[in-house]
Amino acid sequence: MTAPAAILKTSHLLGIQGLSVEEISDLLDLADSYVALNRAAEKKSAVLKGRTIINLFFEASTRTQSSFELAGKRLGADVLNMSVRTSSVSKGETLLDTAATLNAMRPDILIVRHYDSGAAELLSHKLDCSVVNAGDGSHEHPTQALLDALTILRRRGGFEGLIVAICGDVLHSRVARSNIHLLSKLGARVRLVAPKTLLPANAERFGVEIFTDMREGLAGADIVMMLRLQLERMAGAFIPSTREYFHFYGLDHEKLALAKPGALVMHPGPMNRGVEIDSAVADDIEVSLIQEQVEMGVAMRMAVLDALARGIASGGRNT
Amino acid sequence: MSGHRIAFRNARLIDPASGLDARGGLLVENGRIADVGPRLFNDADPSDPEVVDCRGQALSPGLVDMRVFTGEPGSEHRETLESASRAAAAGGVTTIAVMPNTDPVIDEPSLVDFINRRAAATASVHVAPMAALTQGLRGETMTEIGLLREAGAVAFTDGDRTIANARVLRRALSYASAFGALVVGHAEDPDLSAGAAMTEGEFAMRLGIPAAPAAAETIVVERDIRLVELTGARYHFGQISCRASLEAVAAAKQRGLPITCAVSAHHLALNELDVGSYLTFMKVKPPLRSEADRAAMVEGVASGVIDVVVSSHDPQAADTKRQPFASAAFGAVGLETLLPVALGVHHDGRADLAHVLKAVTATPASILGLPAGRLAKGAPADLVLFDPDAPFVVEAAGLHSRARNTPFEGRKLQGRVRMTFVDGRRVFERSKP
Repeated sequence: MTAPAAILKTSHLLGIQGLSVEEISDLLDLADSYVALNRAAEKKSAVLKGRTIINLFFEASTRTQSSFELAGKRLGADVLNMSVRTSSVSKGETLLDTAATLNAMRPDILIVRHYDSGAAELLSHKLDCSVVNAGDGSHEHPTQALLDALTILRRRGGFEGLIVAICGDVLHSRVARSNIHLLSKLGARVRLVAPKTLLPANAERFGVEIFTDMREGLAGADIVMMLRLQLERMAGAFIPSTREYFHFYGLDHEKLALAKPGALVMHPGPMNRGVEIDSAVADDIEVSLIQEQVEMGVAMRMAVLDALARGIASGGRNT
Repeated sequence: MSGHRIAFRNARLIDPASGLDARGGLLVENGRIADVGPRLFNDADPSDPEVVDCRGQALSPGLVDMRVFTGEPGSEHRETLESASRAAAAGGVTTIAVMPNTDPVIDEPSLVDFINRRAAATASVHVAPMAALTQGLRGETMTEIGLLREAGAVAFTDGDRTIANARVLRRALSYASAFGALVVGHAEDPDLSAGAAMTEGEFAMRLGIPAAPAAAETIVVERDIRLVELTGARYHFGQISCRASLEAVAAAKQRGLPITCAVSAHHLALNELDVGSYLTFMKVKPPLRSEADRAAMVEGVASGVIDVVVSSHDPQAADTKRQPFASAAFGAVGLETLLPVALGVHHDGRADLAHVLKAVTATPASILGLPAGRLAKGAPADLVLFDPDAPFVVEAAGLHSRARNTPFEGRKLQGRVRMTFVDGRRVFERSKP
């Protein structure tokens, strides 16, 4: 039996920005095959048998962490979860100390989430194993964007010309940045819809359309991608109140009616119901892909782990 | 009201928006201007039941005053919307923009609604509520600008307070800009001006009164201009009072920034020397400046760099004014002297009548997005009939405001309001000529 073809050119997945369209397409194809596996009674594969994966989460995340854990286990790897108590002092030192400790344990893949942008990249320089960025600060969250793309692909068959409105707290969102890169690469037209205080300065440099009026931003959209209002980062200053936010930027059926007929709604979770999304929309199985996104998440992460493991198999540990 | 008509004949029509200054007539129907022009009622006398013979006096749009403090809600002994509106009507002012500095602060949609309902029930002129820009005027968290706008707030301001935190202001301006909302700022550095009762200079030094430099204003003016440049918000300086601020605003306008500014009538007509022997009615915010700064304000109105003249009407009860100067409250009433003081710029030969009137009618209306301020068919019949030249002596006892703290007591001014109309209703008529 021949070794499966390599998919990724690098031994890490740090962001969407560095990926080529071919790499993305191959990952999506591979993930699609894992959707079928996950729906079978026997879900176990052995492609990662004997490999060690460490989940290192500096920020709490039930959803992403368990998705990665399940993905690793279904592929036969040994998965270790490490939650790191966050300390505001000497962050850099702690991170590098942690890196040295982990390196000594000789894992094959490290999955890391950190509150600082660039943390995954820093670890990738210090560790011998493959690093998967599971979210770094406000920078990137590549597996979320990939699973979103898989969800859209399976529903819509492609991306060319699709209008995707990404709505809400773009400023703090790594999900938004990864999705902007990925959807743009695949030929979709990305719009950002947010109050000006939640749009990063110079956002137009992403090559996207900017809307501060949600009604205008939703007009004709194929996909409405809602972002979580990161209440813990609002500091009371970016928006006046959640009731005003919901009035102008919360997705309800009335605003959704302005999008293209049959438009689909996505949300990376966890949702703030009644803040960025009305329950009537979130729970509407006709339009909401939110549960489907979670399912695609496991398949997508299996594909990412599989692809990284292939690099290890062909080249060994990049020591 | 239906079918109600008033014919004005033999008027000197002044429409600052179009520059019209000519003899003519004007017809009001159902609260709106139905016709206006030099030929109207020239040949035949109108047959309408109600005819006003203007006897050649000036008929112009009613004044729009962008800066009025009242005491409603919370300190009605100072001024209510009703008493402020009577003072306004007597001064030819047909729209007052009221400040949110009340108790409670107007920082909630329901309170904007309260002002509008109270005004509809009690006030004889239009009341345009401004809402707070930050919650509780604390300068920390922006208010619900979108919801407040939907409730009817015409602008957002912390009134006579400066938002010290530049980051808070930047975010508020940025947020407001997406709604196209107007932000009105007060320029007075709170630390530099803390405890000050006068402008820094020889006179304050001799009086021994704590003083703040005029730069306390210009520093904030320059900061806010930079923030407008960053955010693109529509921004209006509620008042400026010195030459350096004027120059900063002029430069900002030259750069094409969406900035406007106003000066109060007090700062056009009075200077620091008017404080005299500790006259607390001369204690205003910002403080009266040097004569050179006052002259610069007149120049600014004449050149148009200063867009608007406001009354900065701030009624104070005797108990807060009958105090040693440094302890007395800031503020002066001004609704009833706004027109004659502004006309002073014209009487001094610095600008023509229509130009001066524009700064108290068409321009403030357009900044606030109101349909008022012009003599045009279809516009609301908010009108003032006045004799621009008639001299009179200001008597505090004759004021209609609930408070009498005028800094112009005993002063000889020119320009007397004869009648005021709001939506075609006569809300004021002077009994003796």
